[in-house]
Amino acid sequence: MVLPPTIFFLIFSYLPMAGMVVAFKKYNYTDGLFMSPWCGFENFKFFFIGGKALKVMVNTVAYNLAFIVTGLFVQVTTAIFLSEIGSRYFKKVTQTMMFLPYFLSWVVVGAFIYNIFNYEYGSLNTFLKSINFEPVNVYEEVWLWKYILVACNTWKWAGYGSLIYLAAIIGIDNELYESAEIDGASKFQKIRHITIPMITPQIVVLTLMAIGRIFRGDFGMFYQVTGNNPLLYNATDVIDTYVFRALLELQDFGMASAAGMLQSVLCFIFLIITNAVVRRIDKNYALF
Amino acid sequence: MGRRAFKYSKETVVFNIIAYLFTAILAFLCLLPFLLVVSGSITDESSIVLYGYRLIPVKISFDAYKIAFGNPTIILRAYAVTCFVTTVGTFLSLFLSSMAAYALQRKDFVYRNFFAFFFYFTTIFSGGLVPWYILMVKYLHMKDNYLALIIPGLFGVFNMIIIRSFMSSIPDSITESAKIDGASDFRIFIQLILPLSRPVLVTIGLFIALEYWNDWYLSMLFIQKDNMYPLQYFLYKIISKIDFLRNVAARSSNINLSKISLPSESFKLAMTVIATGPIIFLYPHLQKYFIKGIMMGAIKG
Repeated sequence: MVLPPTIFFLIFSYLPMAGMVVAFKKYNYTDGLFMSPWCGFENFKFFFIGGKALKVMVNTVAYNLAFIVTGLFVQVTTAIFLSEIGSRYFKKVTQTMMFLPYFLSWVVVGAFIYNIFNYEYGSLNTFLKSINFEPVNVYEEVWLWKYILVACNTWKWAGYGSLIYLAAIIGIDNELYESAEIDGASKFQKIRHITIPMITPQIVVLTLMAIGRIFRGDFGMFYQVTGNNPLLYNATDVIDTYVFRALLELQDFGMASAAGMLQSVLCFIFLIITNAVVRRIDKNYALF
Repeated sequence: MGRRAFKYSKETVVFNIIAYLFTAILAFLCLLPFLLVVSGSITDESSIVLYGYRLIPVKISFDAYKIAFGNPTIILRAYAVTCFVTTVGTFLSLFLSSMAAYALQRKDFVYRNFFAFFFYFTTIFSGGLVPWYILMVKYLHMKDNYLALIIPGLFGVFNMIIIRSFMSSIPDSITESAKIDGASDFRIFIQLILPLSRPVLVTIGLFIALEYWNDWYLSMLFIQKDNMYPLQYFLYKIISKIDFLRNVAARSSNINLSKISLPSESFKLAMTVIATGPIIFLYPHLQKYFIKGIMMGAIKG
């Protein structure tokens, strides 16, 4: 009964691992995987000398860190507010609204971005023009995209993430709050001394898990939101988009797989490290 | 105890105001882009050119939708592909994943820890995009093949873990007594376990369905024939490739396009709305399943 998934993973996950040899070969299509000549670490060297490697890896890590921090702040705050708000109707409606981004594909979000930031017709420029400001060509202002991407990521996961923390908050024993109330604690005090400490384990675990994935970028988001715009590559390329383009557009199998392999190895190492750290804190939460 | 007498101290009021405002603004921001797109799609093209996209259209026109629905074959085709892939994929994935999950939680399955690790390891380490791509295209010949859209999504490890957790709460005695009655493993699975697992299957099924519905990445990698495009990829092509857009509009409209200029901007937005349509209508009702699923995952995760 475990046969189907076993076969599946054997073929689709473990076999490709063997294919990592492409990283060490000068792959060409006719010779295929086995006959292409070896070229040692040349592909890796190429990846680093081109200067792209550092840029792309730094981008990936930096963006992920920004996502983690902003996401955490927004999601926890929202969760706390939601747990304190009295009106059930308000809660239901806002939660539904906040959940919408999660259900949309990045293609649709890409259309949103186009709609807002387009130079001639975009809503942003329309708005700016209406208050007599100069329209901005967002696609040329490379520095803006850091903020746009972080905002997009936060926007997409606000509803989903706040739900996880809300679940944790709901799990807190009500008696704690009641006894605090009797002792005359104010709202802020209750939050600071009860809510936050009680959900800290969750926060820590989720954050550490996110750090464990710090070398993986969300391909969908980076590709669609920037619209694969070459001007923006420097500021917005992450390992995933870089590998994708190297594979499909440049047909540089060797370098693409070198970069991909590097990413897998780094991710793996990081995961092992962060898991060991999580283990120290609370054994239940460790991944393995 | 005088403080207890005031239900709403000043501080609580301030807090409430902040809480309500923050949440309301955030919720509105989540909805806003979609509203802009809807408004843009029903705006007359010339007013887009003159005034740009606005929240409230300057001049309303349903031209974009008229063109899109004039000859809806192409859109319906994309919908059909997506529906097909989603339905087949979800059922197959649910069935196979839960089968594995059941086997993994059977305490009398000696090798279960080995297999669990075997599956789990794939989430920690992978060979990367390139070897997988080479495998799919060169050795398995999955280019322009619906299988390429269905198969990669069949076994989500996290899905299997959640299903397994749920199934382990089903008492072993059910399996044992069925075995005594001489039922095979497979039969026990189908006739006893699956019906009992309905809640988790529905929830996970919805997650899987959403993945399949929204996927465009697999199509971008493997599909070139344009009558095989699923919905999201179709939308992507329309927005990003101007000639594809003109092609689609020309083929799908009965209006003679040489007479009027193609309302390309509102058309793109109309297509976006059409592509998202079902989801927007469905998700509020299905929300509670997703919420349950996320909470389940958060606790067990």
